[in-house]
Formats: sequence, structure tokens, C-alpha cells
Amino acid sequence: MLTVRIIPCLDVRDGRVVKGVRFQGLRDAGDPVERAAEYERQGADELTLLDVSATPEGRSAALDTVRGVRARLALPLTVGGGVRSEADAAALLEAGADKVGVNTAAVEDPALLARLARRFGAQCTVLALDAAARPEGGWEVVVLSGRKRTGRDAVAWAREAVARGAGEILLTSWDRDGSRAGYDLDLLRAVAAVVRVPLVASGGADGPAHMVEAVRAGAGAVLAASIFHTGETTVADVKRELRRCGLEVRT
Amino acid sequence: MSGASPVTVLPTGTANLASVHAALRRLGAEPRAPAAPAEVRDAERLVLPGVGTFAAAMERLAERGWAEPLRARLAAGRPTLAVCLGLQLLAEGSEESPGVAGLAVVPGTATRFDADLPVPHLGWNRIEPEPECRLLEGAHVYFAHSFRLTTAPPGWRAAWCDYGGRFVAALERGALLACQFHPELSSAAGLALLDRWLRAAGGASC
Repeated sequence: MLTVRIIPCLDVRDGRVVKGVRFQGLRDAGDPVERAAEYERQGADELTLLDVSATPEGRSAALDTVRGVRARLALPLTVGGGVRSEADAAALLEAGADKVGVNTAAVEDPALLARLARRFGAQCTVLALDAAARPEGGWEVVVLSGRKRTGRDAVAWAREAVARGAGEILLTSWDRDGSRAGYDLDLLRAVAAVVRVPLVASGGADGPAHMVEAVRAGAGAVLAASIFHTGETTVADVKRELRRCGLEVRT
Repeated sequence: MSGASPVTVLPTGTANLASVHAALRRLGAEPRAPAAPAEVRDAERLVLPGVGTFAAAMERLAERGWAEPLRARLAAGRPTLAVCLGLQLLAEGSEESPGVAGLAVVPGTATRFDADLPVPHLGWNRIEPEPECRLLEGAHVYFAHSFRLTTAPPGWRAAWCDYGGRFVAALERGALLACQFHPELSSAAGLALLDRWLRAAGGASC
């Protein structure tokens, strides 16, 4: 039986870990290689690294960060942020990523998912889906780090992306990101109902109890950043709580 | 760390070799690409990583002239580690690429997981080695695949995993080790297995 994966997320800009609220107001949260090694020690099952730099210099710094993290990490590493093409994905994989997340570029060119899956395999192709609640109900896809609402239905997009080749969905609630209000469970349930690929819950975790809820809503993995970076919750704390609630975790 | 012992790693595809290289380096081994096809047969230690599709990997092995020397080294039992798709390449074929012949070192065909489960089988699952296994130990290890073998070939010891039914998680025979999972991504348990393989393969480790 597959265990629930606990995934600390490193948002990286110019070689440093940063964290904000709703993708804005970024604060320094340490050295990515040190953070990665610490999370592996705590029992993390995987790491996600999101490049949130906005410049070409930042992009090449991110490749160096991936190389540095890979040299120290014996865990799966998903890297996303700014991936526009197969060449971008290849560069990240060569630097040490195991999976590549695509967001904005896939929305603009959905066939990119099929090209990535064909060249690197579906297990390597992650759809990073940022979803914002609509006032009238449901969710829409947001891109460009949340700056642009697309009007596209998030649940329908999840289904289409999987049909095109995505092997995993990193599902972030834009409304909950950094809010500590808990994952958007309705969003998780809605997407879990239409796709068969693993679903990573992201955005809003304030502690182990939220992670238990996300798993019960259909997530196979739970991602968090702030609560791990501040040290108030460790990966071991989360696993203890999941186990207490009868969920299987890696020991 | 004792002197870096060379390990030949076959660059079988476009996706990442970096994790395999990083894990070997951490254990004191020095990964390198083969200089000539003969090295694929004769190298003291060889890693066959698996990325991409079955057909693409077999095509590359053929095009580089690696398939025959690889068969020869496996038949001779020279220390070899196959990872993920690397294990499936040892079989006769795969449902992933109908009509494409594998190395056929072991009988059988890799088949896709049943569709009523999330596929790929992605994440940490527990393996149970047969009692006769010398390298493999029970542990949670990291998998990322959609195809698998469901029968163990005669003459090999197997470790098993369950995902909607039993499948072959790994095979070992002497210093031949084939893992459907990724030891290089399986944290302490994976590094310990790689270390045992390096030692069995006569390579100095840390």
C-alpha cells in the first residue's frame, strides 16, 4: 500500500528560500541546500522546489540550486516555476530534478504536457494547477504566480491535463496559500473525483490536522512550506499525527 | 572516504541521471559513461538506469551498440545494477511498446497496472524480500512507474511489493541487482542498498 507523502516545499528566489502569502510579500527562509538536508533528516518523502524568480539571472541561479540540492538529497525532487518548454524541463532534469512541474506554459499550450510525457514519461510530468475560488462557485485556473485569472474551469483543466499526459497534479489553492486556514477540501474532492493520477494538496496547511483532512479528501500527498520553515511543525510531527489517525506513512 | 571506485553508468535516455550519479558519489564511487561498447561488457561495475519509454531505451541500446555487450555481461554475472525501466529491459518485452524486443535475460513481459488504481504507481511502498535475498531488505522505497513484472524468473531471488496485487519490486542473483523502485531516491534505505551492492560488486565504499 502506498504511504501518504509529506512534501516540504522550497520557494526559491535568487538562490534563497522565500515564503509569502498568496504568492506575495516574500520573506527569506534560509539556504535551500541546508533546508533540503534538514527535511530529509526529519523524514520528508519528497521535496518540491518552486523557482519564483522573475529574471533570467534568477533562472540560471535556480539551476545551480537544483544541482546543489541534488548533491545532498536522496529523495525525489520536483521542480517547477517558469518552465516554458521541453528544453527548460530537460535542463532541470539534467541538473537533478526527477519531476518537472508546468503551470502557465501548459495553460497557454496544453500540447506541451503530451510532449513532456512522451519525451520524459508521465511519471516525470507534473501539472502545477493554481486554482482560485469563483464568487459564483467552483474554481478557475490562475497563472503567472496568481497575477492572471484565466476564466478556465480548474476541475475541467485537471481532467484535460491528465488526458494529455500529466502523471501527477500539484493542486494549490490560491485563496489558501500562506493563509494557514487549511487546504481547500472542496477543491481537492472535486479534482480527486475526476482524475486517477496522484494528487498533491497544497496551500493553507497550519498543522498535521489539516493534512489528515486533505488525505481524507482524496490527496495522496500533502505539501507545506511555512509551517516547516518556521520549525513549529516538523515532518516527524505530521507523520505521528497521520499514523495516530490510522493513515499509513513511511517509517 | 576511500579512493573513488569507478562505476560505469549507461546514459540510457534524456531524463535524469543526476540522482544516480549523486547517490553513487555520496557512497564514494565515481560514475562515468562508457568510452566504448566493450566497456559495457567488461566494466567492473555497471548501472543501467531507466528513464523514458521501453522502446526509446531499447533503441538507444541498439544504436550505441550496447545491447549485445550488456547481454554478455549479464550472462556472465558481472556486477550490474538495473533501475526502474532498467529492470523491465531485462525482460522479453513490455506492453508499453508492443513488438519491441527486450534484452530477454529473464522470461516474461512487463504489463501495465490495472486501470482501477491511480497510475503511475507513484510514491513509497513497502518491499518484502524472499528470505534467501542477500542484498535486499524489507523497507519503504520510492516507486515511479506504470508497468511491472508479476512473475519472478527462475534462478533469481525476488523482493515483492503490493499494488492492487503482487509484483516484482526487485531481483537479485549474485552481484546482479535489478530494482523496479529507485534506490537513489529512497533515502537511507536506498543508499544502504546501493552500498551493499557496491560492496558485493567489489567496489570500495565509504
